[in-house]
Amino acid sequence: MKKLWWKILAIVLLVYVHIGGLLFAVPRLRIHETIRSLYFHVPMWFGMTFMFLISFVYAVRYLRTSSKEDDIRSVEFANVGLAFGTLGMLTGMVWAHYAWGLFWHGDPKQVGAAIALLVYLAYFVLRASFENQEQRARLSAVYNIFAFASLIPLIFIIPRLYSSMHPGDDGNPAFNAYDLDGRMRLVFYPAVIGWFFMGLWITSLRIRYRNINEKISETEL
Amino acid sequence: MSVFELIRKDFLLELRRKSVIAGLGLYLFSLIFICYLTFNLRVNSINAMTWSALFWLVILFSVVNSVAKSFIGERKGVLIYYYTIASPQQIILSKIIYNSLLCLLISVSGYVLFSIFIVNPVQDHLVFFAALVLGSVGLSTSLSIISGIASKGNNSNVLMAVLSFPVVVSILLMTIRVTKNAVDGIERAASTDEILNLLAINCIAAALGYILFPYIWRS
Repeated sequence: MKKLWWKILAIVLLVYVHIGGLLFAVPRLRIHETIRSLYFHVPMWFGMTFMFLISFVYAVRYLRTSSKEDDIRSVEFANVGLAFGTLGMLTGMVWAHYAWGLFWHGDPKQVGAAIALLVYLAYFVLRASFENQEQRARLSAVYNIFAFASLIPLIFIIPRLYSSMHPGDDGNPAFNAYDLDGRMRLVFYPAVIGWFFMGLWITSLRIRYRNINEKISETEL
Repeated sequence: MSVFELIRKDFLLELRRKSVIAGLGLYLFSLIFICYLTFNLRVNSINAMTWSALFWLVILFSVVNSVAKSFIGERKGVLIYYYTIASPQQIILSKIIYNSLLCLLISVSGYVLFSIFIVNPVQDHLVFFAALVLGSVGLSTSLSIISGIASKGNNSNVLMAVLSFPVVVSILLMTIRVTKNAVDGIERAASTDEILNLLAINCIAAALGYILFPYIWRS
């Protein structure tokens, strides 16, 4: 992970996505130019899901190894995942303001995503309420696994049972009829990959920062 | 110690402390009575969605109050004693089964009280009871495990509320939907998806609890 190429790739892809996403032609469908939101809003949820998935994997690993590093990784991936989720929520609300006329519409997909974010906020509340570091790491790893298990129905299952005004109601919200236009894929896939690498980069910096802090506090003792 | 002995012990303890059962019953009764008074339900008619939502909210609050006690509020010494006589898997299984039975009891008596004071609009009883059983098992499974986690924290009562509500939301949404279908008496095929989903959620919660509880218990 110390290599340089994927960081450069992330920057190049995201610069391309921001230029292309704003300037390239898009098909004029029901939602007109606001379809450009696909390039900025949907990759946030992809990023969030990936980050929470990695956080979940490290939580499982922590329960097997009990190493402090796995705990730090798990927390930081959850942190960045939450940031992605918040950005996804905000970009979605800006879009909803123009497409639906309201920032908060109470759409099933909005509600499901909001509850999913609450679950992960509760994870941080849980972490804050322990003083013993080992206990905090162990119990929050357990809750992290629960949070991920409840994320799947909240994001992927329940919104599909209810009818919704959100694009992609008739199937997968990310890859549906709007996206079939080949030109949009040329920007959308790079956006997903670029944001994923960007998330990894931010997380790796935060993990290094936390590890250095740990070392400093150990040497001071 | 087998699982059955542990469940029997829980029941004996509960029956001996009659004040707890009585308190729970009174809590349920007053919640339903407050609903009846505030909504003025005898005069105004109530639609299926409101009835189902109200019913499950009453059940949720009573269950949170009873199931939360399963680990919170136990004395340290008692917990250490359990630790020595039974494996964590046995303990969580017995708690889940005991809490599910208790929760079923609460929801059935809630249903009876609802039909006395408010109305009993349920048309499809089989689907309704399927929702009751699955909802009770799901709520008590997830709440038992969350209570195990919350009991280790500093401020366990607040923690219990913060941790549990987001997790039980998906169960509640499903059960309310099925209940609404049962109240409306829609054909059963309309509710099978939700019932299967509920079943799947229950299985996932129980399996996760079974696997993860040893990590919660060890300390």
